[in-house]
Amino acid sequence: MNRRVVITGMGVRAPRSPGKKEFWELLSAGRTATRRISFFDPSPYRSQVAGEVDFDAASEGLSPREVRRMDRATQFAVVCARDAVADSGLDLGALPADRVGVSLGSAVAAATSLEREYLVLSDSGRRWEMSPDHLSPHMFDYLVPSVMSAEIAWTVGAEGPVAMLSDGCTSGLDAVGHAAALIREGSADMVVAGAADTPITPIVVACFDAIRATSTHNDDPEHASRPFDASRNGFVLAEGAAMFVLEELSAARARGAHCYAEVGGFATRCNAYHMTGLKPDGRELAEAIRVALDQARLAPEAVDYVNAHGSGTKQNDRHETAAFKRSLGEHAYRTPVSSIKSMVGHSLGAIGSVEIAASLLAIENQAVPPTANLHTADPDCDLDYVPNEARDHHIDTVLTVGSGFGGFQSAMVLTRPRRTAA
Amino acid sequence: MSVITGLGVVAPNGIGVKEFWAATLAGRTGIAELDRFDTTGYPARLAGLIRDFDPIDHLPSRLLPQTDTSTRLALTATQHALADAEVDPAGIADYDMGVATANASGGFEFTHREFHKLWSRGPAHVSVYESFAWFYAVNTGQISIRHGMRGPSSALVAEQAGGLDALGQARRMIRGGTRLMVGGGVDSAFDPWGWLAHLSSGRVSLDPDPATAYRPFDAQASGYLPGEGGAICVLEDAAAARARGARVYGELAGYAATFDPHPDTGRPPALGRAARLALADAGVATADVDVVFADAAGVADLDRAEAAALRELFGARGVPVTAPKALTGRLFSGGGALDVVSALLCLRDGLIPPTFGTATVPAGYGLDLVLGEPRQVAVDTVLVLARGRWGFNAAVVLRTFQNRS
Repeated sequence: MNRRVVITGMGVRAPRSPGKKEFWELLSAGRTATRRISFFDPSPYRSQVAGEVDFDAASEGLSPREVRRMDRATQFAVVCARDAVADSGLDLGALPADRVGVSLGSAVAAATSLEREYLVLSDSGRRWEMSPDHLSPHMFDYLVPSVMSAEIAWTVGAEGPVAMLSDGCTSGLDAVGHAAALIREGSADMVVAGAADTPITPIVVACFDAIRATSTHNDDPEHASRPFDASRNGFVLAEGAAMFVLEELSAARARGAHCYAEVGGFATRCNAYHMTGLKPDGRELAEAIRVALDQARLAPEAVDYVNAHGSGTKQNDRHETAAFKRSLGEHAYRTPVSSIKSMVGHSLGAIGSVEIAASLLAIENQAVPPTANLHTADPDCDLDYVPNEARDHHIDTVLTVGSGFGGFQSAMVLTRPRRTAA
Repeated sequence: MSVITGLGVVAPNGIGVKEFWAATLAGRTGIAELDRFDTTGYPARLAGLIRDFDPIDHLPSRLLPQTDTSTRLALTATQHALADAEVDPAGIADYDMGVATANASGGFEFTHREFHKLWSRGPAHVSVYESFAWFYAVNTGQISIRHGMRGPSSALVAEQAGGLDALGQARRMIRGGTRLMVGGGVDSAFDPWGWLAHLSSGRVSLDPDPATAYRPFDAQASGYLPGEGGAICVLEDAAAARARGARVYGELAGYAATFDPHPDTGRPPALGRAARLALADAGVATADVDVVFADAAGVADLDRAEAAALRELFGARGVPVTAPKALTGRLFSGGGALDVVSALLCLRDGLIPPTFGTATVPAGYGLDLVLGEPRQVAVDTVLVLARGRWGFNAAVVLRTFQNRS
């Protein structure tokens, strides 16, 4: 069980981020990519802002047939998987397919396609009972979204374990954690892992409206996502994806691969409290952090940067701050903490992977991306959230965390691989 | 080592282990005509339906407005499984218990109602529960909350293979140090939209006769019937189970998952490889396998492929094979989990339940399919197979638990 796992390739699509280069430029400049919803008329909705991706399937290399077949989230995942493999420099054809796995996360999966098909089948909501007349042969793919991970398997030629994890908003962390587990236990030698979600569709906007979870800073869409700021009033829904290549460390070294980071530790816990509510004490997230650090054999003081969940809801940011203090002690006050959701919004299940991408780039660039839109201190949030401007910083170890509906709390420790032998 | 100490069943032919197993051995079917909405104009209307399930008999009323049918069934199955295991979650440290469920269609009927409200009446009418009653993690989250389980938890989607994956995931967590896991799968999507979505698979049998519509491995196989429900198991670390004197149904000795080569490659599917990996994982030779619970798609091509995989592993007619799911339909994430329950009861009773409905198996399949009556045999080792559409394969090996120290 001493197999170690490293990340050797990444692909990312996020608002105003058509690739990893643009993604880091956006983050390191502290620019925001949220805007008034343009995919449909948002005026009947309480929250009218989102992090939309300007995604052109054709120029992304997807064929018309692929576009017809795949939900938007699947399209995002496929192009990110292609990028990640290219970025890793791996020759996939040279690997035994049965040793290659897939681990894909998504919270609401084919929501966009479901809504489109619903409108067709129900005559724009007029009918409860439906006629099979306009039934798409792809409807089944939207009913059962594991087709998403199958598409990734086909894209990369994987014939080992292929999994789809749908743990709500921790899916993107959990899918990468699962991939690392598959490699560690010996079920696979290489896993293409990550997450995608494209939830900017009326039913999803409406369901978060109903519980007042999303931001109503509609008059200022570019500055609507305000994690840790006293004026925050909810998260900004977004879409996005990130995929990675994970490999066993010695194999990656043997082929001279560039290693972004080692997955040093990963743990998930549930709060068993409420499907959407969080206890202010942060106990379960703190436990996940403690266990992830323990797996990585690191003390809290080793954490150089905390990539926060930082959703911008009143309760999350308070909960999370408490969890950092509980798990890192005094060091919580000394280490920079930031939320990229301030810039790219909250892409539900995808965001955990998008935040892993940001964490890897933070290590790569030895800089902490800022928390944008942070101007007014909240006494409940009294850590160093790196307001508005990126900061050069020595980073060997990043802690990235997620928290989601259902009570899921996940934590991952990413460490810069040392050049010396293990 | 991971052992299974509690079973909870919500199946079309029985709620509760006792009722389900009696129906399975006696050939009582849960296949019936959908009567929840007007099915006029639909090309098929047979499904494995859970009837006589009034959620208020099983769950606190406060949970009803916030849960889909599938979640109510999952919570009920969990409650049965914990009672069956005679385990009180309050007596175990919260981080020492986790939940791993599979899900294929989420809270589909619930969300259909909310889509309908949104588009017929407007956004203000969408339920405050929609944000979590719909998504695929709902059952894991609700089970965790209801029973105070705060350990590592997850939700997996792999069409019909997911139920076995969830049990494999539960075992992985136990190996990682979690003492007790709740694992399995439950699905239901029989509202008008869900039913249409099922039909869009193109594999649902159009045969209107409940006795013959889903007959896996039959020469006349005409497709499958979807069903609802599934099973939830309590898995425990063997030493912890022994220490509390728990009754053990069996050991989850082996698990593996594989994915088929893309159909365009022309290479054979990877179900057989999943079985071989799971047997190797369990340290079991093919000769030691006493019975196989098959995936049993009921679609000629898929039945033929599964038969070929079994022939290659065991030789022609080399092992008894069965598919009790002919009485329930295919339950999506519930299917593999329910087959594991049947397999454990088969271990307990030394009785292989038959495959009802199937009459004539093509000789070329080389299958010893158990037909007609339950077959009495000594059973120590069972292989359970499941396939999910698009290429997912999963295999589980269950063994009699030797109460050795």
